[in-house]
Amino acid sequence: MSATTTIPAATAQPRLRLGLWLETLGAWTLAIVWAAPLLYALWAAIHPTGYATRFELFAPLTLDNFAAAWNAAPFPRYMLNSLLLVTFVTGAQFVLGTLAAFVFARSTSRLMGLLFAVVLVQLMIMPDMLIVENYRTMRALGLVDTVVAIGLPYIASAFGIFLLRQTFKQVPRELEEAARVEGCGTFGILWRVYVPLARPTYLAYGLTSVAYHWNNFLWPLVITNSVETRPVTVGLAVFASTDQGIDWPIISAATLLTAAPLLLAFLLFQRQFVQSFMRAGIR
Amino acid sequence: MLITRRAALGALAATPVLAAPAVRAQAPVQITFNYPVAVGGPITKVIDGYCADFERANPGIRVRPVYTGTYQDSITKALTAARGGDAPQMACLLSTDMFTLIDEGVVVSWDELPGADKGWTGGFYPGFMENSRTGGKTWGIPFQRSTIVMYYNKDAFREAGLNPEVAPATWAEQVSFAQKLTKRQGENTTQWGIQIPGNGFAYWMFQAMATQNDVRLMNEAGDRTSFADPKAIEAAQYWLDLSTKHKVQPPGIVEWGTTPRDFFERKVAMMWTTTGNLTNVKTNAPFPFGVAMLPAGRKRGSPTGGGNLYVFKSASPAQREAAVKFARFLTEPERAAQWGIDTGYVASSPAAWETPKMKEYVAGFPAAAVARDQLPHAVAELSTHENQRVTKALEDALQSVLTSRVQPAAALTKAQDDAERVLRSYR
Amino acid sequence: MRGRATLHAWLMLGPAMVLLVAFTHYPVVATFWHSFFSTPRGTRPSRFVGVENYEVLAADPIFWQALTNNLIYALGTVPISIALALAMALWVNGRILGKAALRVAYFTPTVLPMIAVANLWLFFYTPDYGLVDRLTRFFLGWGATNWIGSRETALGAMMVIAVWKEAGFFMIFYLAALQAIPPVLYEAAAVEGASRWEVFRRVTLPLLGPTTLFIAVNALINGFRLVDHIIVMTKGGPDNATALLLTYIYEVGFRFWDTAQASALTMVLLLLLMLVALAQFAFLGRRTHYQ
Repeated sequence: MSATTTIPAATAQPRLRLGLWLETLGAWTLAIVWAAPLLYALWAAIHPTGYATRFELFAPLTLDNFAAAWNAAPFPRYMLNSLLLVTFVTGAQFVLGTLAAFVFARSTSRLMGLLFAVVLVQLMIMPDMLIVENYRTMRALGLVDTVVAIGLPYIASAFGIFLLRQTFKQVPRELEEAARVEGCGTFGILWRVYVPLARPTYLAYGLTSVAYHWNNFLWPLVITNSVETRPVTVGLAVFASTDQGIDWPIISAATLLTAAPLLLAFLLFQRQFVQSFMRAGIR
Repeated sequence: MLITRRAALGALAATPVLAAPAVRAQAPVQITFNYPVAVGGPITKVIDGYCADFERANPGIRVRPVYTGTYQDSITKALTAARGGDAPQMACLLSTDMFTLIDEGVVVSWDELPGADKGWTGGFYPGFMENSRTGGKTWGIPFQRSTIVMYYNKDAFREAGLNPEVAPATWAEQVSFAQKLTKRQGENTTQWGIQIPGNGFAYWMFQAMATQNDVRLMNEAGDRTSFADPKAIEAAQYWLDLSTKHKVQPPGIVEWGTTPRDFFERKVAMMWTTTGNLTNVKTNAPFPFGVAMLPAGRKRGSPTGGGNLYVFKSASPAQREAAVKFARFLTEPERAAQWGIDTGYVASSPAAWETPKMKEYVAGFPAAAVARDQLPHAVAELSTHENQRVTKALEDALQSVLTSRVQPAAALTKAQDDAERVLRSYR
Repeated sequence: MRGRATLHAWLMLGPAMVLLVAFTHYPVVATFWHSFFSTPRGTRPSRFVGVENYEVLAADPIFWQALTNNLIYALGTVPISIALALAMALWVNGRILGKAALRVAYFTPTVLPMIAVANLWLFFYTPDYGLVDRLTRFFLGWGATNWIGSRETALGAMMVIAVWKEAGFFMIFYLAALQAIPPVLYEAAAVEGASRWEVFRRVTLPLLGPTTLFIAVNALINGFRLVDHIIVMTKGGPDNATALLLTYIYEVGFRFWDTAQASALTMVLLLLLMLVALAQFAFLGRRTHYQ
């Protein structure tokens, strides 16, 4: 399928084989660099403090760091908050994005084209950059220190609307006509025809969005005050800025604990994830 | 010892108030108490315990502790909440936040509160009270306080032929010790003599050197600074010389967060850092270590640091009364002594150090008393109006010096000009 | 019937548009408005000051430094991220040993929380016994380098982390694009006896054009947005060597409490992004894939 695989093996010259060999070396070196923080976190998390900076093969193993990290902050509560947050944000993004994208995909009027351009402004100006004003708005709405406030600025997502519109545009009109003949209304068509066909887009966009909001830091830090609302990344910050210097084993353990759900999800879904990107036409 | 006796009397006088059952009949008074620690850490358990004990002794009062993370997060939270009309009644915040809190108009002075008499507020170390008073009023009660001390590796001292029981007492000694302690292999240095961290709290470290060189960086009203004083410039030069001239400190900015680790790894033989690190060093240093007062330039000196208790304007009269009771409860000598032992912070009143419990602890672990012995030389931590902005001007100047971009005189003159521009409107 | 369809359309569009306006468009306008007023402090209420906030900004050397840093940061990370993402995608899509493992390795940075990872990077950059120094000593014989404590290297060190964070994510887009290229094209090229390099340059690269544009825009936006690690690791130091516009906005707005000044700063950032958007529409117009 790709550049490398389609070249018949017979034509491969020795120089080429050397090239491939070098490329493999390069690819793996890069992979090690890319995975290094995770590998280091694994090392530091399962060894006593003294070995955080000394790499000896037979260093004693321990799970104390995980216990210490788990006890250092109310992680179950933080996890719950993060879970509520990503569910709320992604769910709302899906609903609002689907409705808006449906309109944009089917409309040909110039007004809608203009409105779509207005939506696309958000691709450039992310809510991250408007923390001061958005904080003011949240205070006016009385939403400071709520999970809703963390998610609200993000749920109308230009990126999501854009992706779904692209997908919806590819849906053949005949399918819609057929559904209409069978007596489906506008919402019926949307629900029965468009949404099922856009499943890969939902998966690709959903995972991206979950990863983003699970790890988002600055806005949640600013808008939340209490244990009951803070997501897990803000909880992690308590290990990051201490008077007493940095304790790498504990931070490593905490990093692994918080990233575990996402890492697992990616490992499980990675094939579908990449394929959904392809099918979603995000390219 | 006059102060000690006064404090003891103050504590005695407080006892009947605490025990008075007068409030029992009324609906419980609730106060929210913001505390600047990471949630769930060991200190939260201590504070939770204090709140529970206090409630048992005062059935009419409920104290709800809220743990707000770092000092920086805590002041952000307190101010945003106050601006939104939702301030806590009481909070432990940096002593240096005093002017900010006053300027924002969110705190009340302790003198205006019922039950906070001069006997009690006068019972703390004067070194700590410097940051707690301005314009003749007391705005903060010292509680979670610290100061800078020197930690050194006794093994390294022995190897270098130094007496492991004697730390450098002067700037000159500090340099000569550090030279002996610096180990080189060709181009590389395997062990540095000294590290004074240059980020995070650079202004704090610098203030120690400035104080030792006999210059005060700001006035009591917090509206004037003297960053460009020749003695301050000299202090910055001394710090820079450790790296560039004597080559006993790593060049560039020494990271605050990794300094204790550098010490444990024997990459550095002496380090300056907060007394708050005592427990950390005690647990993790794989060699015998010493704790010493910072060496003297023209004189000894170190700024204090850490948190004070503040009462917010939003508190009702009943809540204000409850807040005073709670603060007095927290600072009782016995409790303050135990607090110091448990956490490594410096118990804030002389009376606490006179308790049998504390005397016994110090006898077994003399390093704990170094911070206290240094207190007579201590000055208030740098604090002005618009504190963060002024501090940042100084930090930037120091970092430009330490990275050898700007000469100390030019850098500090610029910092002084920046501070002037900010502070002019507050005079 | 047409009226009802229009009503439906507006109802479906409504919630998204209201929220978009409330949290993107309105804040932009409000920021603009507030940038002409002073910050209220305690007893001193806010008042109209004209362009004073912008004058203060123009006279503020830290602002100019942050702006310069940010341009270096954005223009430096974009091409490197794109090149690496493309290389990763080609490798993972090719016949290299252990493709699945490579894919996971490249993608991990995307799912790791930056706030925690920044602290692990702090260890990598620690002078002397940090990972980077150990490697440079072993392979190159270098001495200890204070990577994030020197003005010369700090911004570069931060850019490395940004590239590390985003390249794997961009790889996914390239991967999807590569897999959608019709095999027929490669077969045709093979018949003509084209070399691998020629195939890549004549067939693959042109077909990846729209994807590259999409990634470039995203990378450029990230160049102004990806600052979590800087806030954790250097707070913009040493001596503002790593200060970027967004870190400076955070500092002025939430540490100095000078919201007016922060508003003026935000406007500068928005202006830059609008220029990016305009450039994109003007130069590349309809050739992008959202037609």
